[in-house]
Parts: sequence; structure tokens; C-alpha cells
Amino acid sequence: MTPTFSELTVGQDIGSRSVDVTRTDLVKYAGASGDFNPIHWNEAFATSVGLPGVIAHGMFTMGSAVQLVTDWAGDPAAVVDFQTRFTKPVPVADTTGTPDAGAVIEISGAIGALDAGAGTARVDLTVLAAGQKVLMKAQAVVRLA
Amino acid sequence: MTINPDLQGRSYPAAEVYDVGREKIREFARAVKATHPAHFDVAAAAALGHRDLVAPPTFAIIVAQRADAQLIEDPDAGIDFSRVVHADQRFVHHRPILAGDRLVAELHVDGVRAMGGGAMITTRSEIFALAAGADAADAGDNSREAVATTTSSILVRGEGQ
Repeated sequence: MTPTFSELTVGQDIGSRSVDVTRTDLVKYAGASGDFNPIHWNEAFATSVGLPGVIAHGMFTMGSAVQLVTDWAGDPAAVVDFQTRFTKPVPVADTTGTPDAGAVIEISGAIGALDAGAGTARVDLTVLAAGQKVLMKAQAVVRLA
Repeated sequence: MTINPDLQGRSYPAAEVYDVGREKIREFARAVKATHPAHFDVAAAAALGHRDLVAPPTFAIIVAQRADAQLIEDPDAGIDFSRVVHADQRFVHHRPILAGDRLVAELHVDGVRAMGGGAMITTRSEIFALAAGADAADAGDNSREAVATTTSSILVRGEGQ
């Protein structure tokens, strides 16, 4: 069911989801994106530069968070603007060989603003890992019929 | 190593062409755990009015980071990649990226600001789709279409930061 602009109100909830992340997921994202910075796959390197351990690519977090919006909008092409600040790293524990996630990213979204002239809705995302906000000002502008 | 303050205002012209393939869109979509059928199934994309698979909203990062690499790897820039932290990112889509697009990116260094011993560098990639038969070097405005504008800020940490 695609949302209709005239039926939206500011503050309306668009839903939530959680994303399990493993070290394997980070290797897949590195390959898919071309970002092979070793802080995202090599524990010794990550700790040597002062990180708590391997951390997720900020762009993995940003890219997985927006799926809540594309699925709600009904068409990925409806997302005409998407921005965020990266405020906290997402450490991903090594759970290799177990069925456990190394981190869980919790995403929820609400309508932050409506622009009747442009026919766009701004969705404000709240993105948490281990109870802390890892993205700030995560905003997606969606063009709706 | 110190960041060259003269970087601000510098531009790097469109270099290599990035061919957007269906399997790359599917691979990237899986990698960000996207499940929308328009990323995977041509018929589902067509049902939404798109001529081919639609890339996820952050797909342009592939092209933007290739463009950024020109700056980061420029010995004149003075950037130590191992000290780079991604601070913010924005994608403005003028039209969706679709499989079959041939993309090029022009890189602009919009800001260089000293922060402690390091610097915050803001770059902007203007991403265009080339018309059939056009090549990156000679594409004028008539043979390319604006697709996306991406901006990113990276923090290059100084010593001890």
C-alpha cells in the first residue's frame, strides 16, 4: 500500500525494523561498495588506530537504514534526498561460527515535515545500536503522489 | 602530514566511466539488506515505470568514493587515508540511477577547515549519465544528464586525535 501525500501528518510513525549485522555482512558490503578500509574487517588494524574493534561502515548503516523508507514509499526512486551525520561508530563483535549477530541496528521513522508545493514528505529516522544514536539528522525526502 | 589548505575550490574532471550493471545493483542491494523487488526484478521495476532495475538510494556512493579517491590519493593533498573518518553524507537524486546507466563524476572540493591538528574536508560529486556514444572526456551538457549530487565530509584526524 503506497502512502498518499494528502493522508500524511507530521509526527506520523512509518514503522520500524531491526537489522542484524555480522562480520560477514561487513565483508560483503566492502566488496559491493569498493570500500576496503581495514577498520571494517581487520580487528588488529582497527584496535591499532584506537577503535574498540571492527566497526561497521557508516555507509552500511546509512544504506540499510533507508530500506525502511523505500519499502514504506513503495518505490526506491521516490527517495529524492537522503542525508545523515555519522556520530558514533557501530562496533561489530566477531560471532563467526555462531548464529548470533555481532551488532543489531534499530531503525524507526516518523514524518518530520511535509511540503505540499513539492509533494514531498521528509522522513526522520532514528537509528540506534546498543541503545545509542549512531546517526544524527538522518533525513530522507520522499516524493509522493 | 598536514592538509594542503589550497585544496579548497579545486576540481577534478570526470575521468573513468562507471557502467551500472544489473548484478551490481542486486549485489549492492543485498549488501545493504534491501529487499525491494525493483532492485532485483526487471518486471517489478517496469511495473513502477522504470526502464530497468533501480539502484538503492545510497548506490551512488560507489561512484562518489571513486571520485573522492582522486583527491585522497593526490600526493599534493596531504591526506593520510588511515586517519580518515566519514563525518556526514548526503545524496540528492535528480533522477534514479538505473541499470544500463553510464555514469561519470566531477569532484569539487567545497571546503577545507582546520580542526585541531587535522581537517574537515567537504567534497561534492556531480554525477551524470552519459548519452549513448558519448565519452567522459568530451561530454558536454547536451550529451549528459544530471543524475545525482552527493556531498560528503571527511574528518582527517591529526596526530593524537
